[in-house]
Amino acid sequence: MDLHFGDSKPTDEERAAVDTLLGPPESSWEGADRSDADLRWARGGREARERRDLLLPGLHAVNDRIGWISEGALDYLCRRLTVPPAEAYGVATFYAMFSVKPRPATVLHVCTDLACAAAGSAELCAGVEARLGLGSGVSVERSPCLGLCERAPAALAVKAGDPVRTAVSAPATVERAVLAASSPGSAPEEPAAALAVPQAGDPSLMLLNRVGVVDPASLDDYRAHGGYTALRQAFAIGPAGVIREVTDAGLVGRGGAAFPTGRKWQATASQPDHPHYLVCNADESEPGTFKDRVVMEGDPYSLVEAMTIAAYAVGAHKGYLYLRGEYPRALRRMEHAIGQARARGLLGDDILGQGYAFDIEIRRGAGAYICGEETALFNSIEGYRGEPRSKPPFPVEKGLFGKPTAENNVETLVNVLPILTMGAPAYAAIGTGTSTGPKLFCVSGSVDRPGIYELPFGATLGELLDLAGVRDGLRAVLLGGAAGGFVRPDELDIPLTFEGTREAGTTLGSGVVLAFDDTVPLPRLLLRIAEFFRDESCGQCVPCRVGTVRQEEALHRIVERTGADAAADITLLREVGRAMKDASICGLGQTAWNAVESAIDRLGAYE
Amino acid sequence: MTVTSLGIPRRLLEFTIDGAPVRAPEGSTILDACRSAGKDVPTLCQGDTLTPKNACRVCVVEVEGARTLVPACSRKAEAGMEVRTDTERARHSRKVVLELLASSVDLSTTPEVAGWLKEYEAKPDRFGPDAARLDEEPRIDNDLYVRDYDKCILCYKCVDACGDQWQNTFAISVVGRGFDARIAVEHDGPLTDSACVYCGNCIEVCPTGALSFKSEFDMRAAGTWDESAQTETTTVCAYCGVGCNLTLHVQDNEIVKVTSPHDNPVTHGNLCIKGRFGYQHVQNRD
Repeated sequence: MDLHFGDSKPTDEERAAVDTLLGPPESSWEGADRSDADLRWARGGREARERRDLLLPGLHAVNDRIGWISEGALDYLCRRLTVPPAEAYGVATFYAMFSVKPRPATVLHVCTDLACAAAGSAELCAGVEARLGLGSGVSVERSPCLGLCERAPAALAVKAGDPVRTAVSAPATVERAVLAASSPGSAPEEPAAALAVPQAGDPSLMLLNRVGVVDPASLDDYRAHGGYTALRQAFAIGPAGVIREVTDAGLVGRGGAAFPTGRKWQATASQPDHPHYLVCNADESEPGTFKDRVVMEGDPYSLVEAMTIAAYAVGAHKGYLYLRGEYPRALRRMEHAIGQARARGLLGDDILGQGYAFDIEIRRGAGAYICGEETALFNSIEGYRGEPRSKPPFPVEKGLFGKPTAENNVETLVNVLPILTMGAPAYAAIGTGTSTGPKLFCVSGSVDRPGIYELPFGATLGELLDLAGVRDGLRAVLLGGAAGGFVRPDELDIPLTFEGTREAGTTLGSGVVLAFDDTVPLPRLLLRIAEFFRDESCGQCVPCRVGTVRQEEALHRIVERTGADAAADITLLREVGRAMKDASICGLGQTAWNAVESAIDRLGAYE
Repeated sequence: MTVTSLGIPRRLLEFTIDGAPVRAPEGSTILDACRSAGKDVPTLCQGDTLTPKNACRVCVVEVEGARTLVPACSRKAEAGMEVRTDTERARHSRKVVLELLASSVDLSTTPEVAGWLKEYEAKPDRFGPDAARLDEEPRIDNDLYVRDYDKCILCYKCVDACGDQWQNTFAISVVGRGFDARIAVEHDGPLTDSACVYCGNCIEVCPTGALSFKSEFDMRAAGTWDESAQTETTTVCAYCGVGCNLTLHVQDNEIVKVTSPHDNPVTHGNLCIKGRFGYQHVQNRD
């Protein structure tokens, strides 16, 4: 490949941002000034191209320092990594948190998604924009779900510089959001993660038992509260033993697809191709979901330990934690925890003296819901556009870097700890026959105590809502987030299990329970869901790229209409929705019509 | 003579298409098998020289046991598979996908699509007059070829042909996301500032006419483009000794564009700037 780079030069600051990540360039072949030696030496080929996966971290480095990515900065990064500038430009423009046009150093992301919309994000946006007009040095951007639903409405300020500064304001008022944007360094510290767990301290909790109890910065505290006993047990029974326990426990993926974890691990472990990889999907971007954030902020070592066990089981020596870019505090806590674990020999070449090597690298997302799709996530880590791949081949056979990969989300992984400490039979006895173990639910909207709840599978929707203190005038509950479905207030006896929700014609999805009272205008809410999918479609396949737009247009047309006036557009929505569900490449397009369909059929939204 | 590599012998898989038993060599796609069984499935983004990206979703078929429809162009046939190409479900998806496409881009120069729109009773107008579409002016920034993204269905074939599948120039990629995704060169600038080497292999694979020779674009604008009056003559390129085959498209005794046979073992349809665009000297009659 004979790459062509433009004439634009990086500024000193842009060059420094890239060099801080990659080290100084060694020769003119990768962006340094030309020396005589360069004429007799060439760098390229596989070795140079194999650094392509540093493209996303490189884009972050520039965006963090400068606030946007200029032509010169992008071209310099491309020279350093031997990446064609056209492709890097395609990657940079894929992510919502990057800009390839000049913008102020401070960006205030104001969440406009479901829980925040119900809590008044429109007024917040208007108020903030009125205060932070032109010349304020702040760019106000409407953002999809920031994962702070229990403290809606939410805003996230990011101020570029060295170092980059972030501040979260939630629940946000105009005053507090403006303060966070104008001086993120002095904004008040976020409330403790435990405040998102109303049951915190309850001794019966299995997954959230340490949140609010341990100091998330202290490895010793984690160990004092039972940390690393599961890993010792894993070493005692060996990789096959771990897989057997997880299989016998009946653990299925908690990200929404409910695939048996043991089967996934077994399939990965048995692949002859090497190396194997472990990927933890911490890109929860489903509107209404924030459980992974709270686990990572409140009990970060549990994820480090669980990833170590999973990697040991599938024979991986390298794990990637793909963490969404909108979670600055979870990022800091995980970075600290991984660093501490490494310093203490709990990550690295010889974990606990067992001769087993494993390490974790954090990769930060940059604002793209689609990167939560497992194969899109691989592309994103590898430095390509976060577009899903077609399956088969499945990740267990050809995943990250084309190698066998086990990918699990945060909640699935932390379930492995109680499985190993209490044993598979005891774990499998919790819940129902086919949905075993505890489950985390993210409850928000019109409830008095929003937050994450841990309940054994089988509790009913009504019981969960009672715990959270549902308010009067309940109109609808959204289960599973934007990709899920609505249920009516007279359906609260639905058991919260995979089979129970399926029987009721809905889905548990990622465990979102968003309650809406009768003050929320339903057609507006549906419009926001349609907008969300239109914005987040990667654009690769036609049913999703155009279908999500046509869906939004039809919902716009009928936002004030009902009955016969809406009938023609509802027919159109059904036809487009069916094609999206049947013919889209990935789950995003396949589920983009679910919530709207359920609102029409179960709630009679336009009758 | 065209030499086709036979490759190593492959096992035959047995499965059914629309209830009839068929046999196809291991590694064939469902689309390959359908075509050899005499059944055609419509497709826009599939190309004979490129790995299918299965982005257009026009070729979806039903496979027993699969939750969603599967793209025939890229899904490999498996023994025992039961494929149904013409069910109500598959036809519905094709119809809607064709409507979605035709409502958002200009398919007037896409071969075969008019027939499919009729066959599947697609009515692209039913999304209303305000349905979002591209509506972009053609980009004319050089004398060799024109990019008319109003006709682009984002099939990725030009990206693959320019990138690692053929040309290794990597001058173009998909930028942006969702409905705003576009094909573009670096920094979305003019072609002349990009890495483009004007091999024209992207035009060769473009299924919709979004990329076209400047000569064709100008003649279409002037109303003088007439494919029925054109002759095609395949010859050997005289510029160097590689032996690439050129197919000269001649109208009124003028070369109007140059393609290359895809089954040619030397080029597989690929050319360089000289073979593709350097034909003026042939018709320089001064």
